[in-house]
Amino acid sequence: MPTERYDAVVVGAGPAGSLAALVLARAGKSVCLLERGPYPGAKNLYGGVVYGRVLDAIIPEWTDEAPIERWVTRRVTMVLTKTQSLAVDFRSAAWGAPPYNGATALRPAFDSWLAGRAEREGATLVTSTTATKLLRDPAGRVGGVSTDRPEGDIESRIVIACDGVNSFIAREAGLAPPLESAQCTLGVKEVRALPAGEIERRLALAPGEGADFEILGGTGGVAGGGFLYTNAESLSVGVVLVLDDLARSGRRPEELLAELSGHPAIAPLLAGSELVEYGAHLIPEAGLAMMPKLAGDGILVAGDAAGMCLAAGLFLEGVNFAMASGALAGRAAAEALERSDTSASGLSGYAKLLQSSFVLADHRKLRRAPDLVMSERMQRRYPALLCNLAEELFTVRNPEPKRGLFELARPARKRAGLRRRDLARDAWDIWRTFG
Amino acid sequence: MRGESGPEVAFEDRMATTEFRVAPGAHITIDGDTCRGCTTRECITACPANLFAPMADGGVLFSYEQCFECGTCYLVCNEKGAITWNYPVGGAGVAYRRS
Repeated sequence: MPTERYDAVVVGAGPAGSLAALVLARAGKSVCLLERGPYPGAKNLYGGVVYGRVLDAIIPEWTDEAPIERWVTRRVTMVLTKTQSLAVDFRSAAWGAPPYNGATALRPAFDSWLAGRAEREGATLVTSTTATKLLRDPAGRVGGVSTDRPEGDIESRIVIACDGVNSFIAREAGLAPPLESAQCTLGVKEVRALPAGEIERRLALAPGEGADFEILGGTGGVAGGGFLYTNAESLSVGVVLVLDDLARSGRRPEELLAELSGHPAIAPLLAGSELVEYGAHLIPEAGLAMMPKLAGDGILVAGDAAGMCLAAGLFLEGVNFAMASGALAGRAAAEALERSDTSASGLSGYAKLLQSSFVLADHRKLRRAPDLVMSERMQRRYPALLCNLAEELFTVRNPEPKRGLFELARPARKRAGLRRRDLARDAWDIWRTFG
Repeated sequence: MRGESGPEVAFEDRMATTEFRVAPGAHITIDGDTCRGCTTRECITACPANLFAPMADGGVLFSYEQCFECGTCYLVCNEKGAITWNYPVGGAGVAYRRS
């Protein structure tokens, strides 16, 4: 591969990179979309649900064309103790029809489709190629990347780093400090094959419809959460573990996942299914607190590389934030190329676009959520309080007469180790975080 | 059948469900002296692919062939620089199919 020259090089053909490349190509710019995997999505692992609303304006036919597994019509938010579970089980028929809400999808298929759309607009996809370092001109501004191909330098006027949570490119550019364990959780996931009809029977779903379980508690002594999603002919079940907590605990990730899978509320859903893939991936969890400088001279950062994944308890979204930030990076880059000013100030339109989009608005609004959700009380005490309260309420103790909710709440609160003033403070915190 | 249901599936069988295209060289290097002096060795339990193993002399043995390329090891390592970690050469490493 001789030295090539493009208007832009996008590092990483995930959802952020493919959207950046698509938008640039559509604006008439020459774009190289670099992917270190043998195909887009090979390195990518998520829960997974994709919220595709952001694609409506960019690829209007996405709902017909994207490789969707199931449209999510059932969303279960669940708290667990070792032996109990309590869930809010929301179902919406509207989510099963256009314009839809969330969809399960497998990333190798979905990411390959998105990269293919960028190619169709004129982007050049180069797979099996790792970007090894940034090229810089004598003044230090970024002017492309070196790759691990022989004579694999690629010169460009702009580099867009969409190289994921570890983003060596953003760090080499000096836009982000070294990644810290405290900013990350570890997602560990099993994909378990089960026939479509059996999935629909167990989860009480119509054909083609899917369920999304978000779980708090049930991760042993390690802070985190769990999830279960329905694909067309498999279930994705996993745990999300606070990295420092996992490391300190000395527990093995697959053991914690096995505990969740064996929980009496989860095990019957998985019974008889066959493990067909196992994997793990880091999740940038710290939101605004870990966002890098978004632009440097000749370089932009988007997607997980910019910490834009939203991990906020009630809301667990990433692919949509990646796609939106990638598309905005592509737009800002195209505008900067038009003006022939790809300096950091020429690229500052990107931050402004993000500020006025949901990407930073949601992160600002939910900036307190990561700490709140991972706090000891939210992780252990409240699941126990809620489950104990439900158990007391629904256990019939004849001949004892029924006790009122108020009468039950006090001992349940005490058993969960919560003081009245904790409740007041946490109610205020929850209100401030999600209100 | 390999990977039959149940959480008690052997770890090697669990790992065998995932495709790895093994690179000719390791993308992880560790500093043996530093690891021998490490008292926490959190990489050993935290690595989801179980690539790190304790040695009799107090050191740490690692393999790279079945790495998920997540980054857990270098992040939990509390001895700065003991684990140097990069991406495998293009096309090599984990190749998820159903993630």
